[in-house]
Amino acid sequence: MQIIIVGCGKVGKTIAERLSAEDHDLIMIDLQGKKLQPVTDALDVMGIEGNGASISVLMDAGIEKTDLFIAVTGSDELNLFCCLMARKASGGCKTIARVRNPLYSQEIGFIKEQLGISMVINPELTAASEIARLLRFPSAIKIDPFAKGRAELLNLKLRPEFGLDGETVMKMVSKLHTRVLVCTVEREGKVYIPNGEFVLRDGDLISIMATPQDASDFFVKLGVSSKRIHNTLIVGGGAIAVYLTRRLQEMGIDVHIVEIDPKRCEALAQQLPHATILNGDGADQDFLLSVGLERAESFVAITNMDEENLLLALFAKKNSDAKLVAKVNRIAFDDVIDSLDLGSVIYPKYLTADYIVQYVRAMQNSIGSNVETLYKLMDDRVEALEFRVREESGVTAKTLSELDLKKGLLIACIHRRGQVLYPRGQNRIQVGDSVIVVTTTKGFRDIRDILR
Amino acid sequence: MNGPAITFIIGWVLRLEAALMVPSWLVSHIYREQEGWVFGVAMAVCLLLSIPLIAAGKKRKLFQTREGLAAVALSWIALSVCGAIPFVLSGAIPDPVDALFETVSGFTTTGASILPSVERLPRCILFWRSFTHWIGGMGVLVFLLSVIRLAGGSHMNLMKAESPGPSVGKLTPKVQSTAKILYGIYIALTLLEVLFLLAGGMSMFDSLATSLGTAGTGGFGIRDDSMASYSPYLQNVVTVFMILFGINFNVYFFLLCKKVKQALRIEELWWYLGVIAASVAAISWNVRGFYHTAGETVRHAAFQVATVITTSGFSTVDFDLWPSLSKTILVLLMFIGACAGSTGGGIKVSRLLILWKSVRLECRRYLHPQEVRTLRMDGHGVDGEVVRSTHMYMAVYLLLFAVSVLAISLDGKDLITNFTAVAATFNNIGPGLSLVGPVHNFGFFSPFAKLVLIFDMLAGRLELFPMLMLFLPQTWKRF
Repeated sequence: MQIIIVGCGKVGKTIAERLSAEDHDLIMIDLQGKKLQPVTDALDVMGIEGNGASISVLMDAGIEKTDLFIAVTGSDELNLFCCLMARKASGGCKTIARVRNPLYSQEIGFIKEQLGISMVINPELTAASEIARLLRFPSAIKIDPFAKGRAELLNLKLRPEFGLDGETVMKMVSKLHTRVLVCTVEREGKVYIPNGEFVLRDGDLISIMATPQDASDFFVKLGVSSKRIHNTLIVGGGAIAVYLTRRLQEMGIDVHIVEIDPKRCEALAQQLPHATILNGDGADQDFLLSVGLERAESFVAITNMDEENLLLALFAKKNSDAKLVAKVNRIAFDDVIDSLDLGSVIYPKYLTADYIVQYVRAMQNSIGSNVETLYKLMDDRVEALEFRVREESGVTAKTLSELDLKKGLLIACIHRRGQVLYPRGQNRIQVGDSVIVVTTTKGFRDIRDILR
Repeated sequence: MNGPAITFIIGWVLRLEAALMVPSWLVSHIYREQEGWVFGVAMAVCLLLSIPLIAAGKKRKLFQTREGLAAVALSWIALSVCGAIPFVLSGAIPDPVDALFETVSGFTTTGASILPSVERLPRCILFWRSFTHWIGGMGVLVFLLSVIRLAGGSHMNLMKAESPGPSVGKLTPKVQSTAKILYGIYIALTLLEVLFLLAGGMSMFDSLATSLGTAGTGGFGIRDDSMASYSPYLQNVVTVFMILFGINFNVYFFLLCKKVKQALRIEELWWYLGVIAASVAAISWNVRGFYHTAGETVRHAAFQVATVITTSGFSTVDFDLWPSLSKTILVLLMFIGACAGSTGGGIKVSRLLILWKSVRLECRRYLHPQEVRTLRMDGHGVDGEVVRSTHMYMAVYLLLFAVSVLAISLDGKDLITNFTAVAATFNNIGPGLSLVGPVHNFGFFSPFAKLVLIFDMLAGRLELFPMLMLFLPQTWKRF
């Protein structure tokens, strides 16, 4: 597909990286040629210097042949305007705009409909939903929804107190009487797709596929806090904090927000009358302890400073048992940060990019590919894909145990008429199923690609 | 220095070269010539060398700019060395340095020969000679890019190093499709020329070899008198196609997309055509009386101007006998060269345009020191980085030129010979004046002088910096 991206900032660049890896024709537009240079040097994309809302620039970029137009500049209004122009100029391509102003967010339905925008992304809102989801399962590090939320892929780290060291995957399942499926195991930088005989070790980062109920059952049986959290301490009162607080309050969680700027505190107090707003410096240790850090069941560091967020999370780790979430926006030392063992670190730019890549995959559905959802796991080394089975093929002809599957591949779950099945050898894939496949091979476009 | 990425590219270039020898080998079969086996040996050598190179290399390694430049320079050297094998083995050019000179002259589309007579050569060797022009014209790495896929930004760094001109833009979002389009246009134009030549009664072999030489703006003739003995119609066809191949290929791309306005907006095109028209007019006037009719005069003038400005190097007359005004114009045209993004060599019209415009800006700056003004071309502002690199290019160009003239003057030839020999090889033209004039050849130079000229040809074709990089010790450091 031909895709135009306007705005070559953090998010634009990340989206370009992802989409270029999936072999789309990308054209980046930015006002500053200096910003384009590093991207066009590093990726196989075309860069055009100019204003993405100008018709002549859009024509230069080949808007008539474009399938998707993504506007992710710093300004909401410009993004919306760009999309409007692009739609008119191309005669109806799909458009995605980034709109982050909470005011517009509330009126997003009207804006989408009137301006004909296909999708609106709000990185802060996405980040807030992600954090809220993480806080629901405090033991999980990362959660990705599949099959419209009926199945979830959860990452967690095996700890000594689970008592699973040296057990095989099969033993673990029978010992805990659970119905979860272990999809991947990351150990010392290597990723494995385990079979039943795979031996687990403490410190492994495993991902499991389960329905939300089975997942919570699994956590109860592991003996870890499937206990719901009741309160959370948020440091940093930005837009994410507002969205997050609303979500958490819906779940009945008590929210305390620490914010350094008194004026912002007042605004927060207005918007969030049921939350406790605390004015003070989040980087002040005594202050944090005095507002009850030690008793916090969860701690969310979402200030504007990445370094501060990481340090705050480290401090909270030392002084409390809270579930930790830290936001990293700008810095790109993912693996170093992961090695700090902070619990969950969220990267809003990746979340936004993931979101868009999913949309693009879904769009491609109508032109050939059958991928419904795609997640990149373990630093992009593993892909979890959801396929829709539309017709009879080699895949539906035999039972799973008889299929000749490629190596490094696992059929994680089958979603059939609203029900989630954990696949067994005697099961058979049927037309109309959604099949979730976890694999280390990249570039699957159809369910038939899983066969050797 | 990322060794594996470079060896991977070189390995593939060699593999490609083996494939590109197939047509010449077929020619030897068609004409039942015994020399066909030399291509078999050369192909085997290329393939054998490519195996360890590709095995040691890594495809998924990302290249930086320096790896891109080094890979291009080393690929061209490897290409030339292996390309010389058929000449040596077949006995056409037994001396290795001479054979290398001839091959480099072919790949860089120079067309300077060390052979006093080509008509005695077997046809397959003649075909290979002309085919090297065609390969080198658009660039072997561009071809490679259209065939294989590399990691992310590697493409751009390779393409930048091989494509002529001050700045390289893509025609489409992907390098691979850009490369395919460029080669598509290239092949189509070449075939068109073959058809026109066949229509003029040229034999199949001659028209193929001539078209290949024209397409790459190379200039190896297959007759000792180059193009002189062909009919006026054929000479005119070659003139037109030389000029066409000297035009920026972006123009054709825009025309293909029916973006006529954008195609006509390219200033370089108009300057290029303008310079040609003016030179033809001036020379025709200057050499009036040399030939029987006005038509013949204009035909020879046009052919010589086209051959020199597009840096091809065919000839229909010995222009060394022309009056000095005409010779001076031709020597100056050597430096101008063709358009950026074409198959021609030289400094390029667009670079001179940028230089001219920056001189004008500088002059204005003396009038109004506070004035802020940017350099504009094709209706856009030109990036300061492009202007800077153009200035740098000129500086390095002059420096290398001076050093080369000095180095080959050790041979003790006269000044005009030395000067035009360097001008003709550095700008990838072919014939110069005096001892290296259109009816002479480069065979008399000493091996050292030939090596200097080989370097000049490669440096001129690859836009100087890739070759210079090889001499920078830091290039070879690991960090």
